[in-house]
Amino acid sequence: MATMTEPVSEPFHFSMLIYDRRYRSMTIQVAALIGFLLILSWLVYNTKVNLETLGKDFNFGFLWNRSGYDINQTAIPYDSNSTHFDAALVGLLNTLMVAFCGCILATLIGVLVGVLRLSKNWLTARLMAVYVEGLRNVPVVLWIIALFAILTNTTPSPNQFRGENPTASMLFNDSVAFTNRGTYIPRLVFETPALGVLIVFILSVAALIWFRSYAHKRQAATGDILPVFWIGLATLIVPSVLAFFVLGQPISLDYPALKGFNFQGGFKIENSFVALTLALSLYTGAFIAENVRAGIMAVSRGQTEAAYALGLRPGRTMNLVILPQALRIIIPPLISQWLNLTKNTSLGLAVSYMDLRSTLGGITLNQTGRELECMLLMMLVYLVLSLIISAVANVYNRSVKLKER
Amino acid sequence: MKKTVFLGALTAAGLTAAAASAATLDDVKARGKLICGVNTGLTGFAAPDANGVWHGFDIAICRAVAAAIFSDPDAVEFTPTTGQTRFTALASGEVDMLARNSTMTFSRDTDLKLDFVAINYYDGQGFMAPKSLGVTSAKELDGATVCIQTGTTTELNLADFFRVNNISYEPVPVENDAMAAQQYLAGACDVFTTDASGLAATRATFENPGDHVILPEIISKEPLGPAVRHGDNAWGDIVRWTYYALVAAEELGVTSANIDEMAKAPTNNPEINRLLGTEGEYGAMIGLSKDWAYQAIKAGGNYGEIFEKNIGENTPIGLARGLNAQWKDGGLQYAPPFR
Repeated sequence: MATMTEPVSEPFHFSMLIYDRRYRSMTIQVAALIGFLLILSWLVYNTKVNLETLGKDFNFGFLWNRSGYDINQTAIPYDSNSTHFDAALVGLLNTLMVAFCGCILATLIGVLVGVLRLSKNWLTARLMAVYVEGLRNVPVVLWIIALFAILTNTTPSPNQFRGENPTASMLFNDSVAFTNRGTYIPRLVFETPALGVLIVFILSVAALIWFRSYAHKRQAATGDILPVFWIGLATLIVPSVLAFFVLGQPISLDYPALKGFNFQGGFKIENSFVALTLALSLYTGAFIAENVRAGIMAVSRGQTEAAYALGLRPGRTMNLVILPQALRIIIPPLISQWLNLTKNTSLGLAVSYMDLRSTLGGITLNQTGRELECMLLMMLVYLVLSLIISAVANVYNRSVKLKER
Repeated sequence: MKKTVFLGALTAAGLTAAAASAATLDDVKARGKLICGVNTGLTGFAAPDANGVWHGFDIAICRAVAAAIFSDPDAVEFTPTTGQTRFTALASGEVDMLARNSTMTFSRDTDLKLDFVAINYYDGQGFMAPKSLGVTSAKELDGATVCIQTGTTTELNLADFFRVNNISYEPVPVENDAMAAQQYLAGACDVFTTDASGLAATRATFENPGDHVILPEIISKEPLGPAVRHGDNAWGDIVRWTYYALVAAEELGVTSANIDEMAKAPTNNPEINRLLGTEGEYGAMIGLSKDWAYQAIKAGGNYGEIFEKNIGENTPIGLARGLNAQWKDGGLQYAPPFR
């Protein structure tokens, strides 16, 4: 150990910042940070100067002015006397509505198609391959416009439901009308005793959760498997239906009916909503299908063979052995697909769906001329939205990932 | 990733704003052509023909300005803009001027930093409905579905009209006239509302224009005119006086048929001489050649000729002069004196 020398305290000089490996990486990082800050401040300064040259100021006061325009799909009370902020909020809720429905539908489609593409049935597997390749290799905005065009041009106008011999008629016992303006479905009308039905329903959900854990414990203890699905379904439905009749049918349906120019009453689902949600789900579903297929194929075949050897049937093998392991691989890319879908909702502009992009970034921007403010605000909202989705999904990912003990 | 997008947007905002501040006439001359923001396609006002050559009432204004500057009515590039993109395109310097049936309003003239230099068409908002609907007045439209172009003044007028009359409607927002026509013909909306001139132009493109009526109510004032950026007054003067040259030409009886003869030698009428550059140095006062107005009028004729050729009563669009007649015929078109 004689070769080991005492660390010599060399005097520090500036060339060491570049030639000494201890300091070099630090130097490069500091230089990069300074460069980045310089570019950033130049951009901000440039924007400020140019806004001044144009004589435009930068403030968000316009959000509290009267908007003056109407929106066709509003989840909260809104009319042309409301503010631009309300309009943006209506748009945000419409965006969330598509994102929520789209993510659920896309995941369902993705899992189904992904599993079926691995099917041993030649035709099924090939059909699913055609679906995946066809959907994901065409720009999604074309799918959105195509679906919207189909909905507008192949469905009848409300006028065709009119008269002695109408050329179109309502479906399901005169309760649902598909028109080129939207789909009208019956709306639920709640009277006060409906609260009782709701309470009963919540109680049955609680009972279902308890029953599931009981069945698990029992299976662990005795090996008996209870028919959880059927008993669960009965627990969920029977008490609520009984309560509904006992309390004198407090929930009724408001049917749409042709009155004046349009169907009145009921609940209207805009065609633009249907086209946007469906197109995004089909498109993103194709990507998710590939994620699911990759996840399943990544689980070694030995797992399947071992499960068969233990006597598990194919359905149970998939549910209990393959999917739980595959999920760990599927979830991270799945999150990114959900984020894609959420951001792609801004393509609703193509079919005039009144989302955040169309209200805040469309009509409000145009009527007030506040391009920079509206765009920055919109980017911020999408950023926050994406971060929230990502955070929630990451929490779930952590709960299913392999735990090393 | 998000950060780069943000920076990109700021850069774009910064760079384009920088382009907007220079003297527009110098930019146009250096480029060798005018860039004019026009409608994406509104028959009679601005639409390309089968060969891709743009024609129309608004197009004629652009060509006249190009002719005044370059003595060449074809030294102009047309940039189609939607109701949503038009003012941003102008403010950012993407186009030199806008001739896109845009309504002059207080806030656009002030807050949006635009200058509407003249009114080339006095219009008002109307409604079009299929005859089969049996509607005779806009006030009968309670509960109707209305196709409306987003980002327009008509959108705001519509909301106000229904509110004031205490009737309800359902808006179907559309991006441009073509999409509006498609939705309207498919029956996705009961009525289509926009400027009455736009309704007539859209109706003229239908297979059976006779099956559709334009309702009698005109619910707003829509003074449509060419616009430039606020702050470059010299450029604004050029567009304004080129337009007035066309109006004055009609008033003074200068047409594309007789202009060559009139410009050959000074006539008896000194105002015609001043207009056509055979007397005085009026071109130099706005930084153009002596015969700038001669070139502008020669490009497509005087105001009346442009009107009749593109949207007048003998065209499929069939608009009467109405408010847009010369002031001496009871209209509002009135050119200040060339003096």
